Amino acid sequence: MARWPEMESVILSRATRLMMPVLIVFSVFLLLRGHNAPGGGFVGGLIASTAFALLAISDSVDVARQTLRIEPRRVMGFGLLVALSAGLIGLLSGGSFFEGVWPGIKLPVIGKLGTPMLFDIGVFFVVVGFTLTVVFTLLTEED
Amino acid sequence: MENLLVLPIVIPLVTAGFCLLASRRIRLQRSLSLFGMVALTIATLALFDAVRSEGILVIQAGAWPAPYGITLVADRLSAMMLLLSAIAGLAVTAYAGWSVGERRERFHFYPLLHVLLLGISGSFLTGDLFNLYVCFEVMLMASFVLLCLGGERAQLEGGVKYVILNLISSAIFLTATGLLYGAVGTLNMADLSVRIAQYENREVINSLAMLFLVAFGLKAALFPFAFWLPASYHTPPFAVSAIFAGLLTKVGVYALLRVFTMLFVGDPDFTHTVIGILAAASMVFGALAALSQKDIRRVFAFQIMSTVGFMALGIALGTPLAIAAVVFYLAQDVILKCNLFMLGGVADKLRGSGNLDKLGGFWKTKPFFSILFLISLLTLAGVPPLPGFWPKLALLRSTIETGEGVLVAAVVLAAFLTLFSSIRIWSGGIWRDAPPPDLEPTDLAEREKDARWMMVPAAGLSGLLLAYALAAGPVFDYAEAAADQLLNPQVYVQAVLGEGN
Repeated sequence: MARWPEMESVILSRATRLMMPVLIVFSVFLLLRGHNAPGGGFVGGLIASTAFALLAISDSVDVARQTLRIEPRRVMGFGLLVALSAGLIGLLSGGSFFEGVWPGIKLPVIGKLGTPMLFDIGVFFVVVGFTLTVVFTLLTEED
Repeated sequence: MENLLVLPIVIPLVTAGFCLLASRRIRLQRSLSLFGMVALTIATLALFDAVRSEGILVIQAGAWPAPYGITLVADRLSAMMLLLSAIAGLAVTAYAGWSVGERRERFHFYPLLHVLLLGISGSFLTGDLFNLYVCFEVMLMASFVLLCLGGERAQLEGGVKYVILNLISSAIFLTATGLLYGAVGTLNMADLSVRIAQYENREVINSLAMLFLVAFGLKAALFPFAFWLPASYHTPPFAVSAIFAGLLTKVGVYALLRVFTMLFVGDPDFTHTVIGILAAASMVFGALAALSQKDIRRVFAFQIMSTVGFMALGIALGTPLAIAAVVFYLAQDVILKCNLFMLGGVADKLRGSGNLDKLGGFWKTKPFFSILFLISLLTLAGVPPLPGFWPKLALLRSTIETGEGVLVAAVVLAAFLTLFSSIRIWSGGIWRDAPPPDLEPTDLAEREKDARWMMVPAAGLSGLLLAYALAAGPVFDYAEAAADQLLNPQVYVQAVLGEGN
């Protein structure tokens, strides 16, 4: 499968191993601060998918798929449902569709919990799933 | 009751999500899709009933009040279009399992179909122009992929034309939306209806009206913006052509109808005259071009252009009768165009080709199929008592009332050409004797089996067309009430913005 001999590089491969956890932590950080500051599910999702895209380029698509464990399109479906559930919670708790619901829980680092964050988490997974579907498909050579 | 408005958006989204989760399990995806479409049909039926008994329904998403938040509105026109799109979606889903082929189904056919319906439902529900743009984009993104699904050479060629022209249309739409916002400071359609009427510089409003006409005319396939349609609709699988033909151009017509009855009504001598000219050209040119085609889907594609011309003519005339005729036209045309392409798919399945030269010989061997085809062709031609006749009659009457001889001539000419084109398909494609198809016996047996199942949804839609013929009176009453809502936007404005406006 798509292992590109001309691009095989020990440096890139090693660096990717080190960068991946950093990128993923950073993406979660961006996701969580997104409500009031620059960041959010979309940017966070892009950063998280670069982690796996890097792995796909430095090693191979198969390795990246195994590391992700879940099929990207399923990640996309899951994200869609999570984002939608944020809208439905607003509706079911007696408000309007997509009306923000804030249960009043405050966490030390993350801040106030509410349905807008749930929506952002959904967006995060949709973006990861979508980007990786595209990247993996483009990197896989058709037989 | 207002919460029903959310369902036409939520149901396709949930179904698309679950279809993606089901991933490679095609049979599961088929059942999920069918289930989702049935749920959508029931939900839109409930919404249709609610709007009919209670009037315009409004919900402000996120509880941000209009004109600042995202408003979802359903009046009679929207409710009808939602119900029709759910029915067409259901028919196509039932059809797709037997006609698309597993290879294409694996490439996310079902999730995309639901995303397409999500965009279409959103377009019918939204109460502001920017969200109309967003829903158009959702719909177009899904349609781009569906059109090219499978990646055959002809598909990609058609796809390139389709994508480029639709992107141009989107760019014009977005530009016009931005300029309109700059001019009047709102995009909520109810609010726009009030503010455009108060805006003093008529040249600005007229220029914007023309930009919107080009943008929506491109989507609706109005002459001379329609050439992407016959260049692309004959390339994808028949199921995809059927849903496109049934719904996508109608969304453009819906947008034209909305904008030119609610917003740009200040200077009809200019705006509506332009629409009238384009409409007449569309009607005649589409019907004429359909006669020159051999591929059954290209014939129907040019017929779509002609039909859109008829509907645009009604919008141009703008009288209550003409608008009611447009609503009736929409009501039967979604079902009719979807059905024509599905039946074309059955013929193609049985003969291995959609070319009129290779079809024929169905009348003796497949009488049931031939009768289904006959119902749709007679509806297309506008033969009474089938539902194609009544809107044409109403349009002809309202054209005569205006006293524009050229338009009357165009309507009559286009109607005759359409009749001629239907006869041509009937005699060449169905009725005449033809040698049996040049296919392997085992392959043919397989095709016959698929074709039988493909005829089930087509029979359902044909039955619906017959039901229209029986219930033409009530349908026309409904269309008149819908036209009344469109021509008196104060009710809509009050429903959206609240009392005191």
